Amino acid sequence: MFNETVLKEIDEIRVKYPDRKSALLPSLYIAQREFGWLSQEALLCVAKTLNLPETEVRGAASFYSMYRHKPAGRNLIQLCTNVSCMVLGAERLADFISRKYGVQPGGTSQDGRFSLVIMECIGACGTAPAMLVNTDFHDSLTEKRIEEILEKYK
Amino acid sequence: MEKILLKNIDNPNSAGINEYIKAGGYQGLSKALGLQPKDVLEEVKKSGLRGRGGAGFPVGMKWSFALADPKFPKYLICNADEGEPGTFKDRPILEKNPHLLIEGMVISGYTLGSEYGYIYLRGEYPLAKDILNRAINEAREKNYLGDNILGKGIKFHLVVYQGAGAYICGEETALIESIEGKKGQPRNKPPFPVNSGAWALPTIVNNVETLSNVPYIVTIGGEAYSKIGSKDCPGPKLFSVSGCVEKPGVYELPMGTSLKDIIFRHAGGIKGGKKLKAVIPGGISTPVLPADGIDCAMDFVAMPKAGSMLGSGAVIVMDESVCMVRVTYRALKFFEHESCGKCVPCREGTDWLRKILERIENGKGRDGDIELLSDVAANIAGKTFCPLGDGAAGVINGMLKHFRNEFEEHIKNAECIFS
Repeated sequence: MFNETVLKEIDEIRVKYPDRKSALLPSLYIAQREFGWLSQEALLCVAKTLNLPETEVRGAASFYSMYRHKPAGRNLIQLCTNVSCMVLGAERLADFISRKYGVQPGGTSQDGRFSLVIMECIGACGTAPAMLVNTDFHDSLTEKRIEEILEKYK
Repeated sequence: MEKILLKNIDNPNSAGINEYIKAGGYQGLSKALGLQPKDVLEEVKKSGLRGRGGAGFPVGMKWSFALADPKFPKYLICNADEGEPGTFKDRPILEKNPHLLIEGMVISGYTLGSEYGYIYLRGEYPLAKDILNRAINEAREKNYLGDNILGKGIKFHLVVYQGAGAYICGEETALIESIEGKKGQPRNKPPFPVNSGAWALPTIVNNVETLSNVPYIVTIGGEAYSKIGSKDCPGPKLFSVSGCVEKPGVYELPMGTSLKDIIFRHAGGIKGGKKLKAVIPGGISTPVLPADGIDCAMDFVAMPKAGSMLGSGAVIVMDESVCMVRVTYRALKFFEHESCGKCVPCREGTDWLRKILERIENGKGRDGDIELLSDVAANIAGKTFCPLGDGAAGVINGMLKHFRNEFEEHIKNAECIFS
């Protein structure tokens, strides 16, 4: 089960909405933060805390792409390859990251340092190509800049 | 043109409440609270403001529908799920001018008799979430939000709700499902959200940019506002310009500015002196225009006549080196990924289209594939719950209309001529 601090955090979210079910998405984020990914145990914790059927919790968790259903690396690279980024070379950058760091899209490098996800537009098209590493925006990417940026994420 | 929505954003402290007040912020709210809600509504109607999320629905009319419904409470939701590829116009408001949005929401809430507002923010904007929460706390401390706004006994509370990476939640009924803690799948309409939205109560969903226009409308009056930009769709408009241009970025220009001027006058023309090939004018879901089709006014009325749509005003520019089959393939990969799976034509159709495009791009296209693309598109358009499927079909139709030869050459030569 979640510890007292987390339960209190979820309680505070619940009261902001007319219906407790609205706390589901925020609670899934919290569970992901606590467990690193949405394991069976994490989903059960959410279901019990919000008193919701497990199927509903799993249904929502599997619908949204920002919830992880397997363990992730220590750092999550989210690289956009949609058209604005694509026309400025984002697909080549995806190949570069895969080769250089041994991480395939949707996968994690063997040393557990990076996971890579190909994104559908992160709203940084004016400074494309762009990526998020964890919660940090990085843009105007080139192979050289990616090397420099990722150096900081161990 | 004087900047209204992006006013002050070059100031590094523009997101703070003191800077916002110093630049004249929250005066619109003071003025609005001195008027009756029905008078504020009248100003918004007179302004001619249309929703900036893509559909361009008249805001005053939407508000009137919600007000005509006797049910209470009513909820106001700001759609900050900016996900249309190519669009990054709401981000500067959220990150650099959050109090403009808050002020717009408080005025709108007062007008609509709504005491609870929610900002549905896309999950991919973590920085904006922190900035908005900080701004909400500041506004509460200064009595611009809370139970006794400006000492007038008016109540309005604001909560940021973080989405989780589903493009479809930009569609208002899917957004409402999501905020209720469910899968974000669109509802059948009617009933419309203005009558039965969040928690089955009247709900007004407006885009960030739309709500951010409200303080200015109240300040200068609807009549004066209606003189800005196009006659049919007045006001300032934020254009996100990306792709192969010298100066990509967000430009605040009068609604109705020509697409050609946006690209060549404001965004510095085509990068590296190359030749323009094509423009997607309003985000990935809007039909492409060829280089000689960009002499058109960017507004909700003129763009359909020019063969496309204003959409979110996200201008994606492609030069002569870009392969249009690859662009179409990438666009359909997006629609396939983001189709919510609720209705068959969209779920299956986008998958089919993506597969056909993938083989054409990889040199394995077959005779009859182009006709098959048209046929599948025709079986999606107009047959889905929400506009996502129509968008996918429109992309195919636009590309085949203007760049059919590239598809034919890919199939004939059995390879991509650009790679």
